[in-house]
Amino acid sequence: MTVTTPDRIEPAAPAAEPAVVSPLRRFWIEFRENKVAVAGLAGCILIVTLAILAPLISPQDPYDLMQLDIMDGRLEPGAQGMAGQTYWLGTDDQGRDMLSGILYGIRISLAVGVASGVLAMMLGASMGLLAAYFGGRVDTLIMRIVDLQLSFPAILLALIMVAVLGQGIDKIIIALVAVQWAYYARTIRGTALVERRKEYIEAARCLALGDARVVFRHLLPNCLPPLIVVGTVQVAHAIALEATLSFLGIGLPITEPSLGLLIANGFEYMLSGKYWISFFPGLALLLTIVSINLVGDQLRDVLNPRLRK
Amino acid sequence: MTVFLIRRLMQAVVVLFVMSLIVFIGVYAIGNPIDILISPEADQIERERAIEALGLHLPMWEQYLVFLQRAVTGDLGRSFAFSTPALELIVERMPATLELAIAAMGISILVGIPLGMWAGFRPESLAGRAIMAGSILGFSLPTFWVGLMLIMVFAVHLGWLPSTGRGETVEFLGLQVSIFTLDGWSHLLLPAFNLALFKMALVIRLTRAGMRENLLMDYVKFARAKGLSTGRVIFVHVMKNIMIPVVTILGLELGSVIAFAVVTETIFAWPGMGKLIIDSINQLDRPVIVAYLLITVSMFIIINLVVDILYSVLDPRVRLKEMKS
Repeated sequence: MTVTTPDRIEPAAPAAEPAVVSPLRRFWIEFRENKVAVAGLAGCILIVTLAILAPLISPQDPYDLMQLDIMDGRLEPGAQGMAGQTYWLGTDDQGRDMLSGILYGIRISLAVGVASGVLAMMLGASMGLLAAYFGGRVDTLIMRIVDLQLSFPAILLALIMVAVLGQGIDKIIIALVAVQWAYYARTIRGTALVERRKEYIEAARCLALGDARVVFRHLLPNCLPPLIVVGTVQVAHAIALEATLSFLGIGLPITEPSLGLLIANGFEYMLSGKYWISFFPGLALLLTIVSINLVGDQLRDVLNPRLRK
Repeated sequence: MTVFLIRRLMQAVVVLFVMSLIVFIGVYAIGNPIDILISPEADQIERERAIEALGLHLPMWEQYLVFLQRAVTGDLGRSFAFSTPALELIVERMPATLELAIAAMGISILVGIPLGMWAGFRPESLAGRAIMAGSILGFSLPTFWVGLMLIMVFAVHLGWLPSTGRGETVEFLGLQVSIFTLDGWSHLLLPAFNLALFKMALVIRLTRAGMRENLLMDYVKFARAKGLSTGRVIFVHVMKNIMIPVVTILGLELGSVIAFAVVTETIFAWPGMGKLIIDSINQLDRPVIVAYLLITVSMFIIINLVVDILYSVLDPRVRLKEMKS
């Protein structure tokens, strides 16, 4: 989702006039000023591409038992397998190629992170818009819940959710959505409270447009920039949280081997010096999170009108 | 001040009530309470007796009252795995977790504030930039992976510090006195540093932002104009103003450190509450889960309350605003 963020602004941006620099183009010019952020964007694109293409580019299907050779178990990075193939990042205890495992793991981690991020954004944004648009009791009620939730750390809420719901990919996504929606709600409420008082909203209401239409077609597009910034950072958080829960053995089931599970799998071998089973998945996780955070940081600067020159 | 205190106390009670309701609904209503609270090994007669004893034949609202009553008297059920009262089990492990959390807080303050002040004082310098880059890394590094790497480097490779991550629990650290012994410290250092890393990044950012903001203020110019030394301006005048947000956030974060200790404790096999809850979730030891959640939530509410009070003491503006409203 991070990669597509520049496109996501497009609907909100008015059509460019030939002589003027289009908002999208200006956005890109400002974005690329920070070389580190561009590197982060490149990292994001790389990771998404790897995740999408995983089945095509992996040396083996790590979960097809026919392709695994138990004799190749726990080989060092760069070692040759029984069939003559090279395991660039080594193998785990089952003789599974770590590179392939990581590529598939990124796929799962990213899918869970993005899915929960998008759902949380939809829920949180709706709640925040409702609170801002209707005000009064609706606002008080929603924001009380948000405040209450934000006063507890994400991991504790996730633990409560997991303890109540149990395990499974759908349950983890529900838990992550429940943990995250409040951040979106608070962010969009702040923006929407300002936007609500502007003339175009008044104009839309004078046209006797329905509340839903005013909120989602007029108010929402103008509240998007901060939401996108929070969204980027939250997707990174979601990926890290899912990895943490999976590492603890209370996240995804072993049938969905995300990066967190791969790291957990290597934990017991780490003490005997076989670092690669945990090290490389962790590096992939780190790269993912850092890339997203770098892009998020720069988006915050570029999309913040106060910092605009 | 009294009005403020009473209002906050009432809010805390309401929050506690709401949370107890959520935990109750989660465990008793969504799940099957008979499965959750009665050991699967119990036979039919035992089950009947337990249903009677737990009041599970009563209507829902009455059950909630019974649950509340039992919770208030400290009876949160018995652990399946240990056959001891769940509450006792958690209280037993609490000192280890608190010790770890406080040590982590200490490290993040002692390292974070000086680094953050330097980065704010000289933001363009090489050191300032390096500190900020490090803090971004501190935010992005997954705690559990850093823990593994710490074990790999310091315990396995260099062999300097013990890693308790062999699945055994280290009994002598369960006592609070471990913090005074050299051996206790050597066990504490890695997990505490691991837990501190994230908070350190936060403290650095907060201190730096506060420093940069405050250095531009008129009172700093005035203090400089009076001829005070740079050291006095920074460590007496600016420091006081930086401390307000740092104290609030750190206070709030103490709770989050205790919650995040779950991860660190699991990696370093630290015998605290966090490891207990993970084990309990894995073994479906639900009375312990319920007890842990209720205790942690109460702890949070108390921490939030204390921080709010502390904040109003530190910053009179908040107190005045609260009183007016």
